[in-house]
Amino acid sequence: MNITAELVDYLAGLSRLEVQEGDRQAMTAELERILAYMDVLERLDTQGVEPMSHVFPVKNVLREDEVIPSQAREELLAGSPAPDGEAFLVPKTVE
Amino acid sequence: MVLRELTALELGGAIKRGQVSIVEAAQAALDAVAARDGALNAFITVTGERALERAQQLQAGVKDADSPLYGVPMALKDNLCTRGVKTSCASKILGDFAPPYDAGAVERLARAGAVSLGKLNMDEFAMGSTSETSFYGPARNPWDLDRAPGGSSGGAAAAVAAGLGWYAIGSDTGGSIRQPASFCGVTGIKPTYGTVSRYGLIAYASSLDQIGPLCRDAADCAAVLDVLMGRDPRDATSLPGLRDSWSDSGPRVDYGHLLDGLTGDIRGRRIGLPTDCFGDGLDGAVRAAVMQAAEVLKGRGAELVELSFPVLPYAVPAYYIIACAEASSNLSRFDGVKYGWRAEKYDGLADLYRKTRTQGFGPEVKRRILLGTFVLSSGYYDAYYKKALQAKAVIKAAFDGAFQRCDLLLTPVAPTTAPRLGESLSDPLKMYLSDIYTVSVNLAGLPALSMPCGFDGKGLPIGAQLIGPHFGEGAILNAAHAFQLETDWHKRTPKGGDPA
Repeated sequence: MNITAELVDYLAGLSRLEVQEGDRQAMTAELERILAYMDVLERLDTQGVEPMSHVFPVKNVLREDEVIPSQAREELLAGSPAPDGEAFLVPKTVE
Repeated sequence: MVLRELTALELGGAIKRGQVSIVEAAQAALDAVAARDGALNAFITVTGERALERAQQLQAGVKDADSPLYGVPMALKDNLCTRGVKTSCASKILGDFAPPYDAGAVERLARAGAVSLGKLNMDEFAMGSTSETSFYGPARNPWDLDRAPGGSSGGAAAAVAAGLGWYAIGSDTGGSIRQPASFCGVTGIKPTYGTVSRYGLIAYASSLDQIGPLCRDAADCAAVLDVLMGRDPRDATSLPGLRDSWSDSGPRVDYGHLLDGLTGDIRGRRIGLPTDCFGDGLDGAVRAAVMQAAEVLKGRGAELVELSFPVLPYAVPAYYIIACAEASSNLSRFDGVKYGWRAEKYDGLADLYRKTRTQGFGPEVKRRILLGTFVLSSGYYDAYYKKALQAKAVIKAAFDGAFQRCDLLLTPVAPTTAPRLGESLSDPLKMYLSDIYTVSVNLAGLPALSMPCGFDGKGLPIGAQLIGPHFGEGAILNAAHAFQLETDWHKRTPKGGDPA
């Protein structure tokens, strides 16, 4: 797998990260080396093997739809870097 | 009576008999933290006042205590949410975040009368194998302060080894309880996936994360697991117990009898030695110590069975693909809006996200987010992510086959003993490869334990890993208990951080 600086920038954009100028080359080389190693998996025959997301056959985990007290608003807002007592404040998103 | 030499169960017994007060025990632990943690950096937050206050309150109820661990001081890895107490995941991005609720595991411990001393150092977001990626600086190994305690639950292992509390709660996504337990000479167990609630455990890779204890011995691990394990409807992957009315499909678990099951009788147990786990890349001293452990178990009446485990080379790539994919999704919630830290300068909302995340996450976390984003991205999903999920199925089937032939597997925990600080940071791929013996267990959702089984020529502890089938915690702990009845490796204590 050939990892380019452009691909790293594309992935960073999807991840809401910036790869700094000075780090881009090192990050590109590291990702390339790690992904090259992961190509080991190509040697494993998985013809007809169903991808497994969960080891137990647990499905349809449902619960009764009951009204229960939720976390107090002021407690949830207390952890925010910019609360205003009622909501999370963010920069203006609509001009 | 030297409190530090007691196990958690022994201390719990002494508290119940009135030989030690809970305040005395808590004060002794806090004194040890004050004396040694400057060198070890095992704690991120010490909650001394809270601990003493809680100790006083608990003392009034000693007579009615129904948990054998009532009043025993312990500590929590800093990725477990604690109401009103800073929970950082060892990351800058969480800042001084103090959650508004306790994790499910923390609630259960509180009900059993645990006294928490504080929150333990770890790799940032549990991503690492040495506890060096912590924003709060590396934790150090009490056997050699120039070496890593392992990771990601490195602070937990270092604290228990150094006597800073009688047990600790960690989490294990790819070996993060077992490997630091091995490097620090303590006993740690990762239970079957779904048996301990992950509610309030800050997620790294949700399909692999599991909470478990690091302790002085296997009996303490059994006692702590009896407290931790149980159904929690707030975690949809939590499995129902035998008496739970909730039921749909899937297995039911017989919760809560692990301590009672420790007979030490392992006669006739078939213990498998996967030859692939003793091949190239394994340090000679580690191999010798683990093989010697096998002989000790044989001496107690177990039968040793050699078998092959050819899927081993696929475990590390499958693990890192799945773990990074889930991490890239889980960590998208850290955006500088809802909790924690926000960058100071930004231009608009998208830039607020970017700047906060770029400045708030460390390099290893960013690397894994980028890897995860890559393996999930259009065009690469089938070749990497889907392939890894198929490899997971193949690895689980290989374990199923192995457990047809034997009751437990015995392997090394890690290829070497504890590395020098700095060695792993410079080479991430090498660090990933060092997880080779532990990650397949998480992929298959199995329980596995690390127990001290010797020292290498440098005086560093070596760990042996016992792996069981799903819900095989009882068999694993009993085998470890049998081993610890024959050996005293688990009783050795390090000097690191001791005031001269």
